Amino acid sequence: MNLTIGDRSKYRGRVMREHFGISTTGEQYIIALAGNPNVGKSTVFNALTGLRQHTGNWPGKTVDNAQGIYSYRKKSFLLVDLPGTYSLLANSVEEEIARDFICFGKPNATIVVVDATSLERNLNLAFQIMEITDKVVICVNLIDEARKKKIKIQFDELEKKLGVPVIPTAARNGEGLEELQKAVYEIVLEKRLTQPKQIAYSQEVEEAISVLMPQIKPLNIAAEVINPKWLALRLLDSDSSFIESINRFVNMYKNIK
Amino acid sequence: MTSLSMPLSSLKLGEKSNVVYLDVKGLLRRRILDLGIVPGTVLTCVGKAPTGDPIAYLVRGTVIALRSEDASLIFVKQS
Repeated sequence: MNLTIGDRSKYRGRVMREHFGISTTGEQYIIALAGNPNVGKSTVFNALTGLRQHTGNWPGKTVDNAQGIYSYRKKSFLLVDLPGTYSLLANSVEEEIARDFICFGKPNATIVVVDATSLERNLNLAFQIMEITDKVVICVNLIDEARKKKIKIQFDELEKKLGVPVIPTAARNGEGLEELQKAVYEIVLEKRLTQPKQIAYSQEVEEAISVLMPQIKPLNIAAEVINPKWLALRLLDSDSSFIESINRFVNMYKNIK
Repeated sequence: MTSLSMPLSSLKLGEKSNVVYLDVKGLLRRRILDLGIVPGTVLTCVGKAPTGDPIAYLVRGTVIALRSEDASLIFVKQS
């Protein structure tokens, strides 16, 4: 089954509405906001969207959901605040929601908010997200805290090494927010291409991936919707929660025509 | 190597250790891994509540708190 561009946007629109409870108006770019708990994600969210937001629950779940709108250079962006998670791999409801939204909702870009005073641990989630999508902007928040603790970060180096835009911010006093919006704009409109650094696994795992990939790619649906390497890794993990999600979304996809 | 390891919970205040293995499965294992605690990681005990629970550890530049029950499932070698 080959997809046209029309199919793809029909799919996304439908998945967004039915499964994630998100409706967009006209040409609106959907931006996911991900990050560990306590990194100031909500501060970033509130600073960007102000009063143009509404909160509720994710459909069918008791987890909070916040969506808000901001404009930048005459384009409209719908920011979706994902639950704070340490990774996308565990089976808690929050991680499922974040993972499903990024994998199947296919937002136009994902901002990963990380804590400048705790970079190493925070990058765990960033690397996972970078395995799923290349439309990533890393927002290094709490740089005011880092300054107080005399932590110095080489942002240019970090950006070079990660292969995606790295934007320092102190959301609570508005620092860096304009640059963040600019980076998101450039990624979404493909004025800037990224090459997210991929984690190399052990030889065993890399070999197993190379065996699986050629078998996954011909399954057009999977390849179009889910990053094939990510899918291979989750199959190797026997990630049953993810496999359930795949079935759900692929069926939705099949029923579009 | 297992004979030289001890549960993290018995590490004393100020002592440093290296993680040897995690004797835990499921969601808790995933949580511990996500906090950056994997074999080889350096863990330092930096605080103990008066009751002995929870315990604060320095790991990869951040301080985290673990229940002593959970810390007893992480096996380390003192460094």
